[in-house]
Amino acid sequence: MAKFIIDGKNIEAEEGATILDAARENGIGIPTLCTHDEVGTAGACRLCVVEVKKGNRSRIVTSCLYNVEDGIVVDTHSERVMAVRRLVLQLLLARCPASDLIRDLAEEMGVKPEPRFTVDTDKGKCILCRLCVRTCEQVVGVSAIGFSFRGADKTVGTPFHEQSKACIGCGACAYICPTDHIEMTAVHDKRIIWDREFKMASCSVCGRYFAPEDQLEFISKKTGVPMTDLMVCTSCR
Amino acid sequence: MSKINTLEDLNQAGKRGLAALIPSRIKIMVGMATSGIASGAQDVFNALAAEIKKRKLAIILSPTGSMGMDCMEPLVDVLEPGKPRLAYGKMTVKKAPALLDQIAKGTIEAIKPFYRMDEEEFIVLGEAKRYFKGAAPAYLKGIPTINEIPFYTKQVKIATRNCGLIDPESIDEYIAKGGYFSLHKALTGMKPEAIIEEVIASGLRGRGGGGFRTGIKWKSCREAAGDIKYVICNGDEGDPGAYMDRSVMEGDPHSVIEGMIIGAFAIGAHEGYIYVRNEYPLAVANLGKAIETARKCGLLGKNILGSGFDFDIRISKGAGAFVCGESTALMASLEGAAGEPRAKYIHTVEHGLWNRPSNLNNVETWANVPAILARGGKWFAGIGAKTSTGTKVFSLVGKINNIGLVEVPMGTPLRDIVYEIGGGIPGGRKFKAVQTGGPSGGCIPEKLIDLPVDFDELWKAGSMMGSGGMIIMDEKTCMVDIAHYFIEFLESESCGKCVPCREGVRRMKDILEDICAGKGQEGDVELLEEISKAIIDGSLCALGGSAPNPVLSTIQYFREEYDAHIRDKRCPAAVCKALIEYCIDPEKCTGCGVCLKKCPVNCITGEKKKLHVIDRTKCIKCGACYESCKFDAITVT
Repeated sequence: MAKFIIDGKNIEAEEGATILDAARENGIGIPTLCTHDEVGTAGACRLCVVEVKKGNRSRIVTSCLYNVEDGIVVDTHSERVMAVRRLVLQLLLARCPASDLIRDLAEEMGVKPEPRFTVDTDKGKCILCRLCVRTCEQVVGVSAIGFSFRGADKTVGTPFHEQSKACIGCGACAYICPTDHIEMTAVHDKRIIWDREFKMASCSVCGRYFAPEDQLEFISKKTGVPMTDLMVCTSCR
Repeated sequence: MSKINTLEDLNQAGKRGLAALIPSRIKIMVGMATSGIASGAQDVFNALAAEIKKRKLAIILSPTGSMGMDCMEPLVDVLEPGKPRLAYGKMTVKKAPALLDQIAKGTIEAIKPFYRMDEEEFIVLGEAKRYFKGAAPAYLKGIPTINEIPFYTKQVKIATRNCGLIDPESIDEYIAKGGYFSLHKALTGMKPEAIIEEVIASGLRGRGGGGFRTGIKWKSCREAAGDIKYVICNGDEGDPGAYMDRSVMEGDPHSVIEGMIIGAFAIGAHEGYIYVRNEYPLAVANLGKAIETARKCGLLGKNILGSGFDFDIRISKGAGAFVCGESTALMASLEGAAGEPRAKYIHTVEHGLWNRPSNLNNVETWANVPAILARGGKWFAGIGAKTSTGTKVFSLVGKINNIGLVEVPMGTPLRDIVYEIGGGIPGGRKFKAVQTGGPSGGCIPEKLIDLPVDFDELWKAGSMMGSGGMIIMDEKTCMVDIAHYFIEFLESESCGKCVPCREGVRRMKDILEDICAGKGQEGDVELLEEISKAIIDGSLCALGGSAPNPVLSTIQYFREEYDAHIRDKRCPAAVCKALIEYCIDPEKCTGCGVCLKKCPVNCITGEKKKLHVIDRTKCIKCGACYESCKFDAITVT
């Protein structure tokens, strides 16, 4: 166990835990946009930065990546920390002006848009938090989407932005997207995501269209459960 | 290629190499590094080869690397038995027959060499070999020795010791210069810990820019838990204007390989990677050939030098992303993933490539290692400054007379580098600043010209050593424009993983663009400083963490230029097009008509010998008239 201080509070946590884990366990809130319990960390949004004092040295670290250590003194709201969070939110406000999540978070933290930043019109609501890409790879296990280009031009999508054969249409990316950037539409027995149409399977009990056939086939192949057993929706099971 | 298993084998190879380095026949060497080839060295080489064949001469023609004086390329050296070595600069195809004529006649009448070398330094062996006995021949009177050329006087070559002197493809010549003897010494007579102690004692710090102590890094990697460890060479040199690593990889690839084998043995690694950018085709080729040769000789592979130690190296070619010079991004790229960095709270010496202990050093760092092992850590520590030992290779580019690569002891004053080695600023213009440390470094102003150049002093001045690029700027350089240039470079090279770097740097670029276009607003400088601080604190890796440096250092030292742009809508250096107007001074214009001819949009009118006039509505502000006027009649306001 490591003993340390967060915001003046004495805290104990297991070695290997991150500052973010320890803070949340102890009811100390640190904002994040790119963390999720089901996927690995990325350290991309930089909103969770905190100031760590170790001896005489003080530095800004990423709380979702930095492991707790004996004797450290953590400040989750120091001036330096808030300056980083303020900039991150101002930058995201300028990038994704249509995102309610970013607007609400900024309002909550008292951050106003920086008038010198020209508002983007071509980025949609994507904040490049990578939750979708990590989910597709680590949870679903198909890696149908990834990144293209770099810098501000970086985009999430299927390879070459063509229809992906790897995609099973499960929609996990759209469910996890914190800003609702990823579009998924359903019309009758069809689901459209990443420019591809997926045929939906209907529940053999209630008849509801409940999952793409591709997804059921993928699950069947992976688990060995026959397709016929998978044709029942969760409500009827 | 005979096997090299013993000290005797090394001695034999060295003998063969020496006979090739200083042969009993006439030898002509052509500098065939990229800097030479770009200036036409391949044509010169071909012309000499054809002429030698035609005349049926018993002359040895050999390619070599770069001696560093790139402004004099193509460089051709002539070494005749019993005579000094003569260096001919700016050689051409046309001059090739004349050169052979004057060699036959024993004169230097047709083409004058620009320096001579009476002896050659073998720094690894700690000795110099004289090319001839007695005094230099009388006909060479007036030709300065290499040490009398200001470009070379203060240089001490350790990392670039063999560049321009040996044929990079000849392992024998490398061995003749003392190469692979350090490896023999390490593998057959030293414990890994003792090697590390020697490197620690040398005080060697990472030449890639970080300046971390190499020996300490090796020690941490050796002590890290894990059976499989890696050594990696970072040859992903990406700073604009920096090319010292390229020169070493092209001109002396075995020095890097030998350094890596020694490091691997000290750390306990059996696999090594050289990550080199694909835009360096000659470096890739020469390294590849050197690795192949070393393998054939048994210096790479199983049971090296009969010591029982196994080690091999693979080359991995980078696709040209600047961020891949960052150690974790480089390792991600080596693994086949996108070149994106990760946080380094857990060091790569513990969890690096494929999550295993990995020791990454830069090309120049590795190249120093054999010399340190041969001469001792104490010897190396005696060169340079107290906390920055040894030498550093700098690429001197920009507004400087002697463009090229220079290797000087750490702590050499900036003034010596700019004015003595670099030969000052062209056109008698005033020195204004030097950008060190690449795009994420800073601009050091004229008032700090006496700054000793080492890791710590540069850091204190708001810049950094970086990999060793030095871009010299004169009075006609606009510092806001320069800051904009570097920020634009970093914006396009940001990997895009974290918000502050991806989004913040481009917002800084937008503001700088506005300032240069005369649309700057009161408070912009303060806003730039504020964004900079948050980017430095908030970025994931060192690219973002140092990206604001060019802006911060130019604000620190050239604040008045920012104010002039923002408040007076004026560019003091007359560079920012939106803020300048060209006109013709009626008192100075002679009506010569040169500007009229040079103007690409025909906006200058005037009769011969009468005053000329610029039509400002048509002027595109290209500056062609300004550059062409011999009477200083074109003014910029």
